[in-house]
Amino acid sequence: MKWGRFLAFLLMAAVILGGTAGSVTNLWKSIPLGLDLQGGFDLLYKIEPLPGQPITESGKQALVQAVENRINSIGTESPMIDLEGQNELRVQLAGTFNQAHAKQVIGTTAQLQIYSSAKIDKKTGKITGPAGKLLATGSDLKSNATWVQDPNTGQNEVAISFKNPTQWENITKQYYQKPIYVFLNGQLLTDPVIKQKMYSGDSVISGPSLNTVQACNQLANSINAGALPYNLSLVSQQSVGPSLGQESLKATLWAGLAAMVLIFIFMIVMYRMAGLIADLALVAYGYVTIAVFDGMHIVLTLSGLAALVLGVGMAVDANIITYERIKDEMRNGRSLKSAVKIGNKNALRTILDSNATTFIAGAVMYAFGEGDIRGFATALMISIIVSLLTAVLLSRVLLFTFTNSNAIRRPWWYGVGKGVLKNDETKV
Amino acid sequence: MKPKFDIIRLSKWFLLLSSAITVAGIVVFAIFGFNLGTDFKAGSRVQISFSQPVNQEKVGQMFQSIGVPMRDTSITVAGTRQNVAVVRFPEVLTSAQQNKLDGAEKAYFGKDLPDSVQTVDPFVATQTAHKAVYAVLIAAAFIVVYIAIRFEFRFAIAGIIALLHDVFIVLAAFALLRREVDLTFIAAVLTIVGYSINDTIVIFDRIRENLKIVKPKDVETLKQLVNRSLWQTMSRSINTVVTVLIAAVILYFFGGVSIRNFTFALIIGLVSGAYSSIFIASPLWVLMRGRSLKRGKRKETAKTELV
Repeated sequence: MKWGRFLAFLLMAAVILGGTAGSVTNLWKSIPLGLDLQGGFDLLYKIEPLPGQPITESGKQALVQAVENRINSIGTESPMIDLEGQNELRVQLAGTFNQAHAKQVIGTTAQLQIYSSAKIDKKTGKITGPAGKLLATGSDLKSNATWVQDPNTGQNEVAISFKNPTQWENITKQYYQKPIYVFLNGQLLTDPVIKQKMYSGDSVISGPSLNTVQACNQLANSINAGALPYNLSLVSQQSVGPSLGQESLKATLWAGLAAMVLIFIFMIVMYRMAGLIADLALVAYGYVTIAVFDGMHIVLTLSGLAALVLGVGMAVDANIITYERIKDEMRNGRSLKSAVKIGNKNALRTILDSNATTFIAGAVMYAFGEGDIRGFATALMISIIVSLLTAVLLSRVLLFTFTNSNAIRRPWWYGVGKGVLKNDETKV
Repeated sequence: MKPKFDIIRLSKWFLLLSSAITVAGIVVFAIFGFNLGTDFKAGSRVQISFSQPVNQEKVGQMFQSIGVPMRDTSITVAGTRQNVAVVRFPEVLTSAQQNKLDGAEKAYFGKDLPDSVQTVDPFVATQTAHKAVYAVLIAAAFIVVYIAIRFEFRFAIAGIIALLHDVFIVLAAFALLRREVDLTFIAAVLTIVGYSINDTIVIFDRIRENLKIVKPKDVETLKQLVNRSLWQTMSRSINTVVTVLIAAVILYFFGGVSIRNFTFALIIGLVSGAYSSIFIASPLWVLMRGRSLKRGKRKETAKTELV
């Protein structure tokens, strides 16, 4: 028995188990859960062009900006807004809130409003809402707002123009040297002070928050979105009550855990010590997969969770293929050490080929699927790669270190039954 | 190792069995079609979990009370305590109806938890269905190319037939059992595509390896070689299917209700995948390879005659 090798094996096992036990709960908690697991709703809109206005890329970006502003005004956590296909917009809102209200805010045209005064919170000095007279709305503006720079000062500004120049002329006359308040869906965008009387209907907005090009473009987009480039029609909605999602998640987690335990026991019964090593590698597989999910900010959904559990199947298969090969080599009369070596080598090609085909299926799913299917495909591809690293590479290192330590030499410990070898006690 | 049981000799029966299932499947499709879920059909699907067991009748009454026309067949009661009701409508529920529903739930069951409502427009539904079909076909095409490069073309054909066989069996089972076909079902079918080919590849790999050691000159030795390869990989095939089935069965019975369709499809696909890898894919390959062996021999004899 070589104690050095054996200690190295024990150390690796301790690192895997200790590392996993130490941080897996924190890691698990930091993975964002999908709508089906934590509740919320998913809206799919079809983008419909207005007559004579074809859908353009920049128009779609402005639309996303507009929708984001609207959702921010509802005050939900981390909304997801994605353009899909040719002309679809998907909005996902997690958590609990007034869903009917949210739908109304997103689906109806943006309310860009210019007021003569505003409500001010006396304690904080912050502007909380519009007050006074409504001077103009988004429908009064042309949707051609752009970022410009003041030719004299070089300051970043947003150029706007009114459809009816006299309207702006009247406003600037009346509010000369006074501030006006521009709101989008009840949220203050800017509160410029009128410095000049304007006759052409063109004007610029500047302010302390508009100090970067990005901020100006954002505001310009918002103003243009106020006159919304396209109509949105709701084609699909899916809402999940949080209790239902939680119930599903809990049940699936427990079932997954029970399945894992049974698989662990099965492996030990079938392959004894080698099975135990496979189980160690499986623990590493589970941990690394969750860590990768966390690192890539993957939102975990029910189907993703299923892919994760199924990935366990792939990882187990890799170990079973290897151990069956080792058994074959022992039947052919090889010593334990060389059987482990040759068996591993022979198994690797099989594992690579079989995993590659499943990976191809996953990649195709990702390329041609959407939503849940895509999430599932991502989880499947990640679990295949992680399984190759842990269930194949790590498992192999563990097995080699263990066999080289000569701690256990009887083939029985590697799943080789009596009667397979004529005199298994002597063949080590 | 002595073959315990001549799989290849009996392959005629296995191929016949699968053909019979396929024909039965086609008949079922033709007569009944699929029980399409709301993912693929316009309409609404309402899933409500209650704090108490419920029955179809009372849920039906509740929907009648808010003026939504009901058919008894569209209500399913599920859940471990019969406390989940799933109701499907061919029409899209309006916001007003949904709001009324909340009130009715309170009145009938004293419930204050929100429920899950899905509505789908046929436009999105057809698009999703088409994408799924394309995904399976394209995945199959890519897999064929991969196997043809790594193995040979005949393996690719046999593997793909076995794979499509599995997909077909799952589809037939869903049509026959009137299970709802939804988006997770598509994910399950795609997983089966991956698993089934995974299983087949392991056996083909062993045949390829044995072919390097022995080069069969006639059909009989070819059959023996395949039989031997099948039995060499048998304990792996069984052990792997057992472990994955453990996971799938436990998830089916104890996992969330929303993935029940997924795991059900998976269980059928796993069993069918293991069966087809052993009893369909390899015999098919023997048939094709055997034919080319005979042809090769004929060419050889023709040549010697010429000489």
